[in-house]
Amino acid sequence: MSVQTKHRADLAVRLGAPLPKPAGFTQFARARAMARLQAMGLPHGRDEYWRYTAPDLLNGAVPDLGAQHPQGQLGAGLDPLVLTFCDGVFDAAASSDLALEGGQIALLSTATTDLHFAQDIYGSLEERGQTPVPRPFAALNTALAQEGVLLHITGKVARPILLNYTSKTKDCDAILHHCIKLDASAEATILEQGSLGARGNVVIEADLAAGSALHHIRSQTSDDAALAVTHLFARLHADAALKSFTLCAHGRLIRNETVIELLGDHATAHVAGASLIDGPDHHDDTVFITHQGRACESRQVYKNVLKNGAVGVFQGKILVRQSAQKTDGYQISQSLLLDGDSQFLAKPELEIYADDVKCSHGSTSGAIDDTALFYLQSRGVPRAQAQALLVLAFMAEAVGEIASPDLAEEMRAQIEDVLQRARL
Amino acid sequence: MLEIKNLHVKLEEEDKVILRGVNLNIGAGEVHAIMGPNGSGKSTLSYVLAGREGYEVTEGSALLQGEELLDMEPEERAAAGLFLAFQYPVEIPGVGNMTFLRTAVNAQRKARGEAELSSGDFLKIVRERAKTLKIDADMLKRPVNMGFSGGEKKRNEILQMAMLEPKMCILDETDSGLDVDAMKLVSEGVNALRDAGRSFLVITHYQRLLDHITPDVVHIMAAGRIIKTGGPELALEVENNGYADLLAEVE
Repeated sequence: MSVQTKHRADLAVRLGAPLPKPAGFTQFARARAMARLQAMGLPHGRDEYWRYTAPDLLNGAVPDLGAQHPQGQLGAGLDPLVLTFCDGVFDAAASSDLALEGGQIALLSTATTDLHFAQDIYGSLEERGQTPVPRPFAALNTALAQEGVLLHITGKVARPILLNYTSKTKDCDAILHHCIKLDASAEATILEQGSLGARGNVVIEADLAAGSALHHIRSQTSDDAALAVTHLFARLHADAALKSFTLCAHGRLIRNETVIELLGDHATAHVAGASLIDGPDHHDDTVFITHQGRACESRQVYKNVLKNGAVGVFQGKILVRQSAQKTDGYQISQSLLLDGDSQFLAKPELEIYADDVKCSHGSTSGAIDDTALFYLQSRGVPRAQAQALLVLAFMAEAVGEIASPDLAEEMRAQIEDVLQRARL
Repeated sequence: MLEIKNLHVKLEEEDKVILRGVNLNIGAGEVHAIMGPNGSGKSTLSYVLAGREGYEVTEGSALLQGEELLDMEPEERAAAGLFLAFQYPVEIPGVGNMTFLRTAVNAQRKARGEAELSSGDFLKIVRERAKTLKIDADMLKRPVNMGFSGGEKKRNEILQMAMLEPKMCILDETDSGLDVDAMKLVSEGVNALRDAGRSFLVITHYQRLLDHITPDVVHIMAAGRIIKTGGPELALEVENNGYADLLAEVE
């Protein structure tokens, strides 16, 4: 059996029973996504971008849900508009009113064909993001998503929008697909938190018109045994700005893919991640940023703290097209290994076709600085607290990418909580 | 205050003996100085007392106000009242100097069962003590010792000492890397902390520092032992004649 045939055979098993025929405004996008998925098949360990993260758990049957860690509501002090999805289904009782000043909110399951912006976005950013690197789980998501929010932001929205995930079914396989359209000069903050259930697949497609700004802050700190694969596809027009930060702690296998296209001139994209991973958990950040417009800036800042045989993976690429003169690209991926059993695998890639470009990248792995630890202890700080202080310091650059001081402080507090809970 | 008895120490990783029976008794309110040639074990003594890893105590004891220091974790020694001013203060990127000071002060208060200082009270005290050491607001904001000059690092050590109010202070070559003015500033900082309940052990190569911080007792250390003890005049003798005569005398 050839590799491709094998992929497709696995896919048939993964998809299970014959699927309902797609209907509604997404039906054509879904049908095309299914065709894409069938052409590429499920990922395999031999695929270039799946060499360090075995896709088997994501391809196979849904595992049982592990322990859930209670979590306070993100951005509670900022009065967020809460949209709750339980086991991948919208939970109106646990959600705010769908009225938003400066924008409109609709749901994927009930939206009609007259929602033009969503029709333009749904599946189209995902489809663009399939070249040159195939992303089968994103295509699967477009084809099969149960629910999601469709956000059209027309003004500056001060109130954060919280996508709150809960789960109650042990073998839940949640597939959510969100579309966000920001009009020119619009601004919004999207928060994500909670448990996606036993296996989660979330896609966000975000289209940022000229001069708009999107802040995305995500906390994946709820599940011990969860599997999740997420994709953030963003397209930025001139002077648009995207800031995305993810805190990850717990989760048997989490893969966060970020695919960004800087189309207009002077757009900026900052993506950052802070992960605290305890063995045998596996964490993967895969980033692909394409510079197309002139004088755009991109930053990738990823910090992993690993122990007990945990594995951290970073695959980060900056592609600078010939048109993208004056590009400023920066990429750093670092790991702090708290013992000798853990692994950090980093694959930085730069592909540059323009000649007037500033691009830098760096990757390091190291242990806690014993001298600094002793210095803190000699001043009376207990060892565990001293270690936590040094871990926070290590993650400071990633947390520093959050624009809101309140949300940055919340993330710091969550990191401290995780450190106390896990005794990392 | 501090009572060191027959202290023998070797390196953990290799079979190298560094301290070969150190005996030292420092009374409350006293200032003792230890001088000695390079490699005599002065810094090792300070590290072993503070609890740094990498050393193995093969014999002896070190009591701080009757409590065995050698059984304690470094942070417990600090809470018990021991303070070591480092020869090479450590740079800690990402940890603000102010956060560091407050964390340390409150950790010690907590360990001693005292209430933590409110941030208002803490700020007031730290600003006042920083001012006398000519430490400006910028130095308090920056990460611990990052980008500090040699003199600034040593002043920062003294500020920590002033904030933590220890009972037994060890100054490990605090004069190294200091110009004349900085040495005066640091010495004034130390002298301001001298009182009947606080003792000092000053480790130095040069008599110069002892002009500013006048010791009650001077010890000469060589080859892991204290070979001679005397008054301040002993430091002058070393300054004038070097260690050769003293070492010969012992042999």
